[in-house]
Amino acid sequence: MSASSLTPGKFLAVLAAGALFGFGLALSTMVQPEVVLSFLRFEDFGLMLVMGGAVLVTLLAYKLAPRVLGRPLLGGYFHQHVSHWNRDTLTGAALFGVGWGLCGVCPGPAIAGLGTGNWSLLWALAGIALGALAQGLRAKV
Amino acid sequence: MNEAISLFPLGWQHYLLGGVFIGAGVALLFLFTGLVGGMSTVFSSTWSFVLKRSFFQQARLTDTRVWRLVYALGLVLGAGVWWLLMSDGTPLTTEVPVALLLVGGFLVGYGARLGNGCTSGHGICGLGSLNWPSLLAVLTFMATAFLTANLVAWWLA
Repeated sequence: MSASSLTPGKFLAVLAAGALFGFGLALSTMVQPEVVLSFLRFEDFGLMLVMGGAVLVTLLAYKLAPRVLGRPLLGGYFHQHVSHWNRDTLTGAALFGVGWGLCGVCPGPAIAGLGTGNWSLLWALAGIALGALAQGLRAKV
Repeated sequence: MNEAISLFPLGWQHYLLGGVFIGAGVALLFLFTGLVGGMSTVFSSTWSFVLKRSFFQQARLTDTRVWRLVYALGLVLGAGVWWLLMSDGTPLTTEVPVALLLVGGFLVGYGARLGNGCTSGHGICGLGSLNWPSLLAVLTFMATAFLTANLVAWWLA
């Protein structure tokens, strides 16, 4: 999408997609830091099922949609997920894991958790926003 | 069967079903708009509304900042629907201390943006694209997260 504004159709599609995502995060209890930490401490392996289920559905959509549809239902084109393996990816992923292990909160649950009335997550949200700010200020572009 | 019970002391169905819903959200976004929906970029792109610095004014952030915010709003709404319909209506809370939420959050934000992805970007979208750099990123953050969480638990015990 070149324009930054959204048509009403795209607005609704993006909102509905986010709502499914957020509902799933709440249903799977991933919005609760304690559940994530219990996975990271090998007490409950549920997060493997969450990831497995999500990846499987995503894999099907990413593989099948471009073949069956040709282009997205609301126009535009099918984007591709691009990632590179370099020092930034390694360092970034390692730091992300340390932070995740400290607090049990990652970006999706930090946002979705607000919908469950868990205002303590605003601290994590503020931390993530400040971390992203610091990364942008340090980056050389 | 006993093995399965001990792996999932709180049951397993809600985990799998929740994961399918998350995947359905990412899939719906892709089917209708062609967009790839990781969650961490919104924490960079939203700064572009207020900061003029060239890093935040990159097209990949300014062109996507509106839909990413709408996507984030949807996340809150969807979790709110679960809270209204499927919980007892008590707001959820966490025992994780504020300092850990803040410091952990900072590292999560810094790391996810430096490494260009988080649990949803590298995890769900990257693995769903069979992208090997994302697999390496996932293995890396899983390893440091396991290590950190266990060290903290051992230190607090």
